Amino acid sequence: MKDIHTFLCSPAESTQRHGPYDRIVMSSRVRLARNLRDFAFPGWAKKPERVKVLEMVLPAVSALPEMSDSFAEALDNLTALDKQLLVERHLISREHAAKSIGSGLVVNRAETFSVMINEEDHLRMQALRPGFQTRDAWQAIDKLDSALEKKLNFAFDNELGYLTACPTNLGTGIRVSAMLHLPGLVLSEQINPIIQSVNKLGLAVRGLYGEGTEALGNVFQVSNQMTLGESETVIVERLEKVLAQIIEHEENARQTLMEKKPKIVFNHIGRAYGILANAHLISSKETMNQLSFLRLGVDMDLFPGTSRALVDELFLVTQPAHLQKQVSDKLSAEERDLIRADMVRERLKNVSRPVIKPPGGGAN
Amino acid sequence: MQCCVCKEKPATVHLTQIVGDKMQKLDLCEDCAKAKGFNDPTGFAMADQMLGLGASLELESAAAGAELKCPRCGFSQADFKKSGRLGCPECYRTFAEGLSGLLKTMHKGTRHVGKAPEALRQTRDNVDRLKSLQKKLARAIEDENYESAAALRDEIKIMGGSVAKSR
Repeated sequence: MKDIHTFLCSPAESTQRHGPYDRIVMSSRVRLARNLRDFAFPGWAKKPERVKVLEMVLPAVSALPEMSDSFAEALDNLTALDKQLLVERHLISREHAAKSIGSGLVVNRAETFSVMINEEDHLRMQALRPGFQTRDAWQAIDKLDSALEKKLNFAFDNELGYLTACPTNLGTGIRVSAMLHLPGLVLSEQINPIIQSVNKLGLAVRGLYGEGTEALGNVFQVSNQMTLGESETVIVERLEKVLAQIIEHEENARQTLMEKKPKIVFNHIGRAYGILANAHLISSKETMNQLSFLRLGVDMDLFPGTSRALVDELFLVTQPAHLQKQVSDKLSAEERDLIRADMVRERLKNVSRPVIKPPGGGAN
Repeated sequence: MQCCVCKEKPATVHLTQIVGDKMQKLDLCEDCAKAKGFNDPTGFAMADQMLGLGASLELESAAAGAELKCPRCGFSQADFKKSGRLGCPECYRTFAEGLSGLLKTMHKGTRHVGKAPEALRQTRDNVDRLKSLQKKLARAIEDENYESAAALRDEIKIMGGSVAKSR
């Protein structure tokens, strides 16, 4: 059996993947919910029925050309640590990580496709792309879905569209989302009004790991909520428009902050550097929040010679499962905080203190 | 009065909205009101904010009534009320009546537009065309344009046959 940790490329490699606007849009994804016509939904199906669905779907998905180099496994063959690792890579949901017998996963090595089997629906297939590439992601998953419908009998109704376990996903079964790094909007306290106006457009704003999670590290997920009564293309296009606006607001917020309150910005970035480069004990939450400001500093050229990829890699490897995978012994939370701090200090050894230029050429 | 969201703290924020002939009331405690963004009464459209809450009311009515059970999977309306999820694809037919109100509050429309499995796509297009032809026919009759009505009727006859066959 393949080990998921050795199958996936290293965090260092994975953060070398670039896409348009990745300064602000960390990644884009489109997922489709599909179910088999003749079986009960996973939440209601008994174990033998779920296993049967898994045994039908797993080989069908693995045989797709997109999945020629893939990791396909039943979840009961994965350890809790493996599953957490997959959550940290955003390849499966936290809900899916809690599943075991009768659920499964197929993910390709490039991490551009991930199919969860028997999560809330029989299939939750997603296309993932770095940066702002929602349209690309839609086209990719559309193609995968079209190939799969030739092998599996999807539940579809002429009036209601694709039938899903939860009525909130009915119709297209689509969720288009993007992960955004918005420190400028947070620092300038514009984030709440923005979230509220995005909500008014029928879009949801969530934290780093989706539903019901907090926005650690100033990272927010924006996604559509309505799935019935509009076509996939209309949904993708609306989200694209809103994302373009949020990007613009974030850029403006950063610029305005630098003009009006440069000291506030330098203070956050300087403190973040100070803590990360010198701490001996640091929690994953604090690490993420400080790394967000370090990332902002890199975006603002305060750390010449340091790439955003280094920060993004730290963002990933300092999370609990990734950290645990690097050592052989089982770590307690406090041991993790210690090793995390050691690792971050070591990685930032060659990063010098932020270079503060006089703002606006000395105008302020 | 209790807060209708957390059902714990006393409600101190009361909101009323009338849309058409329907009145919706919300009673919230201070914390929940803040969490829902109701602290600024001018800055929100209540209908949007209430999408979730309105949906829970509809959920209630969708689950009310007779103890209906899905003949395919045995899922009941009480199960739906508990989980907010359905049992199997057939449940959408079983609980269609109660669901229609819920879908209205949740989504942009109640009819799917967008992708369909290739095998069904043609049938679906034909059904759409048939409907539009029937509409045209009704209009032609209204306008006493009997010549085009006759042509439309013939077209519908042919179409109807092919739709029925491919079903």
